[in-house]
Amino acid sequence: MMTELSYTIKDFKSENEVRWCPGCGDYAIMNAVQKTMADMNVPHEQFAVISGIGCSSRFPYYMSTFGFHSIHGRATAVASGVKSANPDLNVWVITGDGDSMAIGGNHFIHLVRRNIDLNVILFNNKIYGLTKGQYSPTTDRGFVTKTSPFGTIEDSFIPGQLVLGSGGTFFARAVDSNVKHNQQVFAEAAKHKGTSIVEVLQNCVIFNDGIHEQIADPKHRAERQLFLEHGKPMIFGQENEKGLVLENGRLKVVPIGENGITEADILVHDATETDPSIHLQLIRMTLPDFPIAMGVIRSVEALVYDQELRKQIETVSAKRKVNNMDELLRSGNTWEVNEPTSSDPVPFFQKKCPIIKA
Amino acid sequence: MKDTKVIELEEVTIRFSGDSGDGMQLTGTLFSDATALFGNDISTFPDYPSEIRAPQGTVGGVSGFQVQFGHKEINTPGDDAHVLIAMNPAAVKANARFIRPGGTIIYDVDSFNQKNLDKAKFSTNDPFVELKLEDFTKIPVPITSLTRESLKDFGMDNKSVLRSKNMFALGLICWMFDRPMDYIENFISTKFAKKPVVVESNLKVLHSGYNYGMNMQHMTPRYLVDAAAIAKGTYRNINGNQATAWGFLAAAEKAGLDLFLGSYPITPATDVLTALAARRDLGVKTFQAEDEIAGICTALGAAFAGDLAVTSTSGPGLALKSEAIGLAVMAELPLVVVNVQRGGPSTGLPTKTEQSDLLQALYGRNGESPVVVLAASTPSDCFYYAYLSCKIALERMVPVILLTDGFLGNGSEPWRIPAMAELPKITPRIAKDSSKFKAYRRDVDTLAREWAFPGMEGFQHRIGGLEKNEEGTVNHDPENHQRNCEIREAKVQKVVEMLPELDVFGDTDGGDVLVVSWGGTFGHTVSAVREMRKEGKNVSLAHFNFIKPLPANTREVFSKFKTIVVCELNLGQFAAYLRDQVPGFEYRQVNKLKGLPFTITELKENVEKLLED
Repeated sequence: MMTELSYTIKDFKSENEVRWCPGCGDYAIMNAVQKTMADMNVPHEQFAVISGIGCSSRFPYYMSTFGFHSIHGRATAVASGVKSANPDLNVWVITGDGDSMAIGGNHFIHLVRRNIDLNVILFNNKIYGLTKGQYSPTTDRGFVTKTSPFGTIEDSFIPGQLVLGSGGTFFARAVDSNVKHNQQVFAEAAKHKGTSIVEVLQNCVIFNDGIHEQIADPKHRAERQLFLEHGKPMIFGQENEKGLVLENGRLKVVPIGENGITEADILVHDATETDPSIHLQLIRMTLPDFPIAMGVIRSVEALVYDQELRKQIETVSAKRKVNNMDELLRSGNTWEVNEPTSSDPVPFFQKKCPIIKA
Repeated sequence: MKDTKVIELEEVTIRFSGDSGDGMQLTGTLFSDATALFGNDISTFPDYPSEIRAPQGTVGGVSGFQVQFGHKEINTPGDDAHVLIAMNPAAVKANARFIRPGGTIIYDVDSFNQKNLDKAKFSTNDPFVELKLEDFTKIPVPITSLTRESLKDFGMDNKSVLRSKNMFALGLICWMFDRPMDYIENFISTKFAKKPVVVESNLKVLHSGYNYGMNMQHMTPRYLVDAAAIAKGTYRNINGNQATAWGFLAAAEKAGLDLFLGSYPITPATDVLTALAARRDLGVKTFQAEDEIAGICTALGAAFAGDLAVTSTSGPGLALKSEAIGLAVMAELPLVVVNVQRGGPSTGLPTKTEQSDLLQALYGRNGESPVVVLAASTPSDCFYYAYLSCKIALERMVPVILLTDGFLGNGSEPWRIPAMAELPKITPRIAKDSSKFKAYRRDVDTLAREWAFPGMEGFQHRIGGLEKNEEGTVNHDPENHQRNCEIREAKVQKVVEMLPELDVFGDTDGGDVLVVSWGGTFGHTVSAVREMRKEGKNVSLAHFNFIKPLPANTREVFSKFKTIVVCELNLGQFAAYLRDQVPGFEYRQVNKLKGLPFTITELKENVEKLLED
């Protein structure tokens, strides 16, 4: 049997100096990812971390695993190739709201649609940080940035909604500063077979400081965040005094212990439900009427692209009629030339590239 | 048989043409295959509209298929046709300029009615006079009504009956050129095995066409073309796209790697994807991506993960892949990009051939971004250049762009099948010693780095698109950047050591005129030069398959000739490149941008005109 690998967080740190701004939310996220990897009992060399462009995408350089810092928006496509080429690898994608929702939006939705077994950490700080403060596709309408001095006039993407719209099988949400919760969520994402999207509400201290403060503030955490657990009732509040119920197909916040409502009346979270309608409502909940849904919102089983590719190759190969190139080249319609006037063949590379020897 | 007029020819060119729904591509392909099996050397050229179904009966909707065959080596599909098969008036109009003076036009007289003349925009009732084709042999054949007659007992609907018309034409042509029909019969029987009525009706019409020729032999000339004398071996017909796909597959087998193709469908390159998608049995991973960018990015991911990675595309797709090619240059991953060139710019002429992506392949990226550029020259040698592209990429850790074109990709020719043992070894630079491994430590001679991929214990490292130092760590030092830019260029130039010298066809010691060509025009330039030499002219040919780096003796070859004429299907891109890379010569130009290959005649005329100047 497999021996227990006793990695620590240090085994996943590279010798490179980490160069995010002091106080950046990225530090906490990286620690959580490293801790998660150390606990996974997967051989270190099986990890590959792929990123695009943006502050968060410097991530691979700070890891001691195999890493590929690719180009803007394409991390999901590059990682799709890595995982399809070698499904045994444990592949993580580090991306931001600009990288995955704007320039890489197309690759993002198609990754989710294919359900390739990748773990995607989407750092959502609702701003372009690396280019110093322009609005992103997740910036709220009306928000003033350097490129929207009079406020944006466009609505934002809700990442989870995009995941559901693309037929996603796993979506979770967490706050950067809540390292312990991050670890739990990352571990669940890593366990899930298929594309796991984790949206981390990340704080950019320089260009968008406090953008998630209303939600993230630990003082109000219990009131403003609903920590979902599969199979448990959806309860929140300082005294666990509030919960969600379904009324006419819509989610509603109700006080427990009033109007005869008991904990037994509260909706139980089912992350494995394939019908996305309640998951969609959870994803769309906003303050102040609702708490923000945190944790694993959706985790359903479905066929996984890289496994299906491997399986198809095995199935088709098992019944193959040609076993190698020599046989393939001679399959189908061929004919022999062997006339008295025929010359002896000269191999191409001998004739055209005599310096290359067979 | 004494009434039959028998014409013996060295080589014959036939052009099948009709409405794009008339099945001309199938007819031409079946005839070509039967001809190759008979032992003639052949070269084919499908010429079809980009609309799947342009309005029926119009000139825009005409689909053509040209084949040349003969008993000597055939290098081109022929300039002008000896025989044109025209299924409607539009086909005559579209192809009038492709018929050889004195050639034969066989046409479906039933389709020459007012309606079809109007659709083809003829202004008179005599299309042949209108097109000045009076001196051609015209053979009216009631193809539609004879097809209908021969199927009258089959109880088929009119549409299905008309769909068999092409078989009548095929049978007739088989008689004219004395082709055995067993191959065609087998094809039809296998292809439609589940529809016995379709098999029987098609065979019936095929034979009706053949018998019609035999019965009417007083009016149809018969041509004899003996089998070609070529090298011994097992042969098959192959088109350029299939040859390209199989070249990649052969390289993967030789290198001991899995083949990964990331690709997005695009005319005329899609068949490379199709051919490899069919090969799950040999372990090929094809990934049909959401766009061109994902096509190359998935391939780059696969290269990072240790597969032989390839992406296939055509001009507009190459433009979209530019940034990721730059990443391959920077990361120094083995990657092959095949560009089946088509007419541009923009969407341009998707189904037509051109050589206008040369400078895009060489320079179309941000930054100093050198890649190796190769070009195949015939449909079948796409196999070898695809193979060589992989060998270079894997042994030198460098991206390679392979240029083919629509003419090569869709054209076919008989090919002596090589044994895998004939092909050179491929030794990927897979790292072995983790204690000495650094991501960008280089071989002192070739400057190539080593290749280590996820899963290899002890080789963990990071790569990326930022400038880096030897360890792969991000580095913005000015000296380091200058040095790395020079190294990446030098690494590409050093590939010249793997390449053969430039050959001269003709006067190897020098002479008056050197025709220079590259890539897919080889068949036409070599044939033109051969004919001019036969006529006693002092003309030689240097044909390039290696664009970057150029063969080591390029300057030496050029210096032996008084006049250099660069012939290419663009406005002078290779000539411009040569002026830059091999200065000191006057490069004269012959250029064509019609979406069509050169013709031998126009090449000769242009070169001869330059000689007179």
